[in-house]
Amino acid sequence: MTATLHEKFESGPQTRETAIVCRGISKEFGKGETRVRALQEIDVEIFASELTLLVGPSGCGKTTLISIIAGLLNPTAGDIELFGLSQAQLRGEKLVQFRAESVGFVFQQYNLLPSLTAVENVAVPLLIQGMARPEALNAARVALDAVDLHAAVRQFPNQLSGGQQQRVAIARALVHQPRLLVCDEPTAALDAKSGQVVMDLLKRVAVQPGRAVIVVTHDDRVFGYGDRMIAMADGRVVSVSDESPPRRSGEN
Amino acid sequence: MNWVAWKMLTGDRAKYLGTVFGVAFGVLLISQQTSIFVALMRRTAHTAIDVRDASVWVMDPHQQNADEIKPLSESELNRVRGVPGVAWGVRYFKSLARAKIETGDFRQVILIGLDDHTMVGAPVKMVEGSLANLRRPDAIIVDKAGYEYLWGQEPIRLGRTLEMNDRRAVLVGICDVTAPFQTFPVVYSRYSQAVQFVAAERKVMSFVLAKPQPELAPETLARRIEAQTGLMAKTRTEFLWFIVGYYLRSTGIPINFGITIALGFIVGTAIAGQTFYLFTLENLKQFGALKAMGVSNRRLTGMVLLQASVVGLIGYGLGMGMTAAFFESTSTVTALAGFYLPWQVAVLAAVAVALIIVLASLLSLRKVLVLEPAVVFRG
Repeated sequence: MTATLHEKFESGPQTRETAIVCRGISKEFGKGETRVRALQEIDVEIFASELTLLVGPSGCGKTTLISIIAGLLNPTAGDIELFGLSQAQLRGEKLVQFRAESVGFVFQQYNLLPSLTAVENVAVPLLIQGMARPEALNAARVALDAVDLHAAVRQFPNQLSGGQQQRVAIARALVHQPRLLVCDEPTAALDAKSGQVVMDLLKRVAVQPGRAVIVVTHDDRVFGYGDRMIAMADGRVVSVSDESPPRRSGEN
Repeated sequence: MNWVAWKMLTGDRAKYLGTVFGVAFGVLLISQQTSIFVALMRRTAHTAIDVRDASVWVMDPHQQNADEIKPLSESELNRVRGVPGVAWGVRYFKSLARAKIETGDFRQVILIGLDDHTMVGAPVKMVEGSLANLRRPDAIIVDKAGYEYLWGQEPIRLGRTLEMNDRRAVLVGICDVTAPFQTFPVVYSRYSQAVQFVAAERKVMSFVLAKPQPELAPETLARRIEAQTGLMAKTRTEFLWFIVGYYLRSTGIPINFGITIALGFIVGTAIAGQTFYLFTLENLKQFGALKAMGVSNRRLTGMVLLQASVVGLIGYGLGMGMTAAFFESTSTVTALAGFYLPWQVAVLAAVAVALIIVLASLLSLRKVLVLEPAVVFRG
């Protein structure tokens, strides 16, 4: 599979801007008899300005891989390069700062703060960066407009539908203009229609020049939204495809 | 991010109020019980507290407190006066007596006999009448609470009479003194008259009150009196702690109050700690999300400490408010005279709250700090 991947890199369009490079990434959890090898020598490249789908069955290592890519986990072996910065350059506080400035997250369960309104939730990444509250809230309103949720500005998460909450989460993930957007099963908790709205939104709003978007999913209804698809099984990359399969009938 | 921490804390009103009131009730228990304990101990030492014009108390060397008195012989007064450095020395009489009022009702009273000439040890604050009237024949002064014990809620009327040891005593004044440990009226009289109000004994002088010459420290004089007379001599402060020490050692008061105060601390810690810990556990996913989004451990620690401090401050304020309201509402109750909230207790309660908050937030902080941000990707 690695050879196929390298062939892809070499034969890919020359205009592609490499955002993330994983070289020989392995990850083990536990010790001794309880040791689990979640990832085995992963070589993969993610490009900017594209929506990359990371697909595979449950337990295949997708979440572990994006956790490492997003700087939330350290690999047991291998190197990772994020936007030209090596692992060695991103340690401790620098990694925390990198996540704050350059990474946006969309979670399966939204993970919105229940005691904050939609606009306040969206403002959080800007507050983390130290922006003053009034400015952060203004920027958050603009971000909510972009995901067509202007009317829900003052609503609390429990007053919103699942689809609306995920759109708030997308606005939150994008409000600080990150270079990397990581989405973990963004449609898994949603019905088909809401899932479609969310994926349309990601495709329309999230994919921007210079930004890499990674969507982890095992929902085959969204396969058609990717510019590229990396398939995993048993902790390994089994295929990399530059052409996404066509969307299933009834989907955009 | 402090604003986010505040919103997270107050978002769930029920839990927020539960935590705040947990701390508040802990503070109420600690401060109220400690204040009552302090007031009770203060009452035991009323003898030492109310005599402000003498700085050395001289008594029998075997005496253990200010209520069980082994009288001294009159010659001891001259021996004390003969010690170099004594500016003056006077008699002081203290005993229990039985007082019968006009209706035939009687009460046990604490009878104080003041030196006939100097009136050393006389009450400082008069509510009715004048101290000078104590020089009249059969004159007595009763403390304000004591008047109520003797004559109920009847208006204060000077000139009333009572009997002690079949001798007539006339009320010439009402004073305000420290309430005694036993809820007995305090009756002041001249020494020569006071000894007539109780059954005759060979020795009657309870204490010698002395004052050192200006250049001499009371401690030095007390040690000198002890060395030269073989009597026990204590400065006013030493005498106060001598009495308090006796009650602390010989009664169940400190244990009972100690248990209640400890319970207040434990209950406060348990309620605040448990609620705060559960609050953190329920928000763990949110803390994980914040961590993933680039909030450092230091900042998260600050957020948790801020939340804990807010809970502590508001809980402390409410708790102290409730304690103050309790003492304010009971300030007119005669039996509770002298019960108040000392500032030292407020400081102690603040320290207790700080400990409660530290303990409560330590448990929560541990969870937050060891939390892997990758937890946010687990459904």
